[in-house]
Amino acid sequence: MKNIALLLILAIAFVGCNDDDDSPSNVVMSINLSQNWDETNVTAADFGTTEFTNQNGEVLKISKLRYLISKVTLYNSYGDAIELPGYNLVDISDDNTLSFTKNAVFPPGTYTRISFVYGFNEEDNIDNAYEDLNIDWAWPDMLGGGYHFMQQEGTFKDPNGDPQPYAYHNGTARVSEGVFEQNFITVDIDLEDYSINDNAIIDIKMNIAEWFKNPNTWDLNVFSGGLMGNYDAQIDMNQNGQNVFSVDVAIVEE
Amino acid sequence: MKLNLISLVFLSVILFSCSNDDSGPDYNPTEVGLEVPEIFDLLLPDPLIPANNPQTVEGIALGRKLFYEPLLSGDGTQACADCHFAENAFTDPDRFSTGIDGLIGDRNAMPVFNVAWNFNEKFFWDGRALSVEDQAFGPVVNLIEMNNTWPNAVASLQATDNYPDLFLDAFGTATIDSVLVTKAIAQFERTLISGNSRFDKHLLGEITLTDSELNGFNVFMDETKGDCFHCHGSDANPLWTDNIFHNNGLDTSFEDIGLGKVTNDPLDHGKFKSPSLRNLAYSAPYMHDGRFATLDDVINHYSEGLVWSYTIDPLMKTFAEGGVHLSPEDKADLKAFLLSLSEPEFTTNPDFQDPN
Repeated sequence: MKNIALLLILAIAFVGCNDDDDSPSNVVMSINLSQNWDETNVTAADFGTTEFTNQNGEVLKISKLRYLISKVTLYNSYGDAIELPGYNLVDISDDNTLSFTKNAVFPPGTYTRISFVYGFNEEDNIDNAYEDLNIDWAWPDMLGGGYHFMQQEGTFKDPNGDPQPYAYHNGTARVSEGVFEQNFITVDIDLEDYSINDNAIIDIKMNIAEWFKNPNTWDLNVFSGGLMGNYDAQIDMNQNGQNVFSVDVAIVEE
Repeated sequence: MKLNLISLVFLSVILFSCSNDDSGPDYNPTEVGLEVPEIFDLLLPDPLIPANNPQTVEGIALGRKLFYEPLLSGDGTQACADCHFAENAFTDPDRFSTGIDGLIGDRNAMPVFNVAWNFNEKFFWDGRALSVEDQAFGPVVNLIEMNNTWPNAVASLQATDNYPDLFLDAFGTATIDSVLVTKAIAQFERTLISGNSRFDKHLLGEITLTDSELNGFNVFMDETKGDCFHCHGSDANPLWTDNIFHNNGLDTSFEDIGLGKVTNDPLDHGKFKSPSLRNLAYSAPYMHDGRFATLDDVINHYSEGLVWSYTIDPLMKTFAEGGVHLSPEDKADLKAFLLSLSEPEFTTNPDFQDPN
C-alpha cells in the first residue's frame, strides 16, 4: 500500500500539468470494500451475534472475516490499464482496511472495467515477502507457502443444535507432498453500464453466502476445520469464490 | 535608539532561544537505535519507537536503574524486577506475584521482551495498556503490587543524590515526574530483545536442528495437528505471537473475563493475549493465571484438555473431543521444537542485569 502514495503524487502532478480548460478532466475514484449476506450488509457489529443460514441450511455466526485483494486495475476507453500498486488485507473488524484507495486520480477517459486478484497470484505470492503480512497471515510452507487468501471463522449449529467451530481458510492448494496448485481468483467486472468518466466511488462487494453456495453446496458438518491442507475443500472454495464478488458504482456529483 | 532596539530584539531572541529549552546547556543525550536481530530485520516491520520518547544511552541507563529500583514501591522494598526476573525472561516463577503488603495477584506476570514489535500496542494479558510507557504506569499504584502513589514515588526519587542528575542527563530536567519515569523504563524495556535462539540460527542457516525439533515444528504448523501457528506465529513471524486476544478453551465459565473487562463486550469474555513462545524454558508457569506448571501440561491442554465456552476461539476446533490428541512422539517433538525458541543468553545478558 505504500506505493499508492507515490501513485497519488504522480497523479496530482499529472493534474498540475493538465490544468487547461480544454483538456479532458481526470477521473477521481475511491475504491471501497463491503460485505453482505445475499444483499444484507454485514459488518463487525454482526460478529458473534447475527445468525445467517447457509445454502445447506446450517445456522452460523461469523466471528472473523479477513481476506486479501491485490492487483486492482482500472481500464479506460483509451485502452489504458492503470494498476493500483500494493495489496489490501481486509479485516471487517477494522474500518481502516475497508478502503483500497481514497480519491485516487486517474487519467481522463471512460472507465469500462475493473479487475483484481482475490489473494495473490503466483508471481506475488512469495514466502515472507511482505513484512506486515508475516505476523499472522502466512500460509504454511508444507501447503505451498506464501500467504492466506481468506480467513473466515465462526460457529454453526450441528444437527443436535450444539455450537461447533468452523475455520474456512483459503490459500494455495496442496495436491500432494511438494506438489501445489495455484488457487487465487482473478475477478474481472464490466463497468460499462456506469459511464465512469468523472468522480466515482467503486464498492467491491463480497457476498459471503456465495462461499457456501455455488456451485458447491457447502456442508459445514463435513468441512468445518482442518481445511487448509484439504485439496478438495480448497478447490471447492475456489469454485465458489468465482461468484462471490460484484461491484456497485456511485457517481459523485460535483 | 533604532540600533539599540534591534540589538535588544536580537538579544531577546537569543535569550528566548536559550530560555525556551528547559534542558539547559548540558542536555545532550546520545540517541541510539535498537539492536535488531537479523531474523527480525528480514521478516518484520521496523520496531515502534514513539517520537516523543527516542531511545538514548542516558534514557536506557536510567530506565534500567529504575526497573531495579525499590524506591518506586510504597515501602521502598519492591522493584519491577522483583516480579520480572531476568533469569526468567522477565516474568515471575511464582504463579501469582506477591506485592509489598503480602497481597497476591491473580495473574502470572507477563514476560517482557520484544515489546517494540507489539504492533497492536496493547499490553498486559487483557490489553488495558496502550503503550510500553502506559504499561509502566500501572504497577506502581496497583494496591496489590507496589501500592504507592506517583507523587510519593517521584518524591522518593527526587530526594536521592543521584536521580535528579540522571534525569537531567536523560531528559534535560532534574525535576522528576511520573511521565519521565515511565519513559525511561520504557526505553530500557525496548532494549530487552530476544531473537537469537537455536531456531533463529536454524532459519539463518547457521545450525541444523534435530529431527525431533524439525518434526515438532511440522506438528506446530500442521492445521490438523498442533495448529499452533495461527496464534503464535511461524517461521515468517519471529515474534512467535500474534499479540491478539483469544479464548483458548481453558474454562467453561470465567472468574477472570480478561479482555472483556477492558472492552465491556461479552464477546470478549475469557480472551487473553497470546504470549510469545520464546524463552519458555525460563518462563514457567504458563497461561494468564499460571495454571500450568510445565510445558507438558500446556501441550496436554491443547491435546486433550480443551473445554467449550461461548467465546472459545474457532481455531480450538477439536474442543468437542478435548483437543487434537497428539501422539506421545508428536508431543515430545513439539516440546523439543518449542524449547528451540529459548535463548539462554537473553537471560544472562549483562546489559539487562541490576545496575544498582
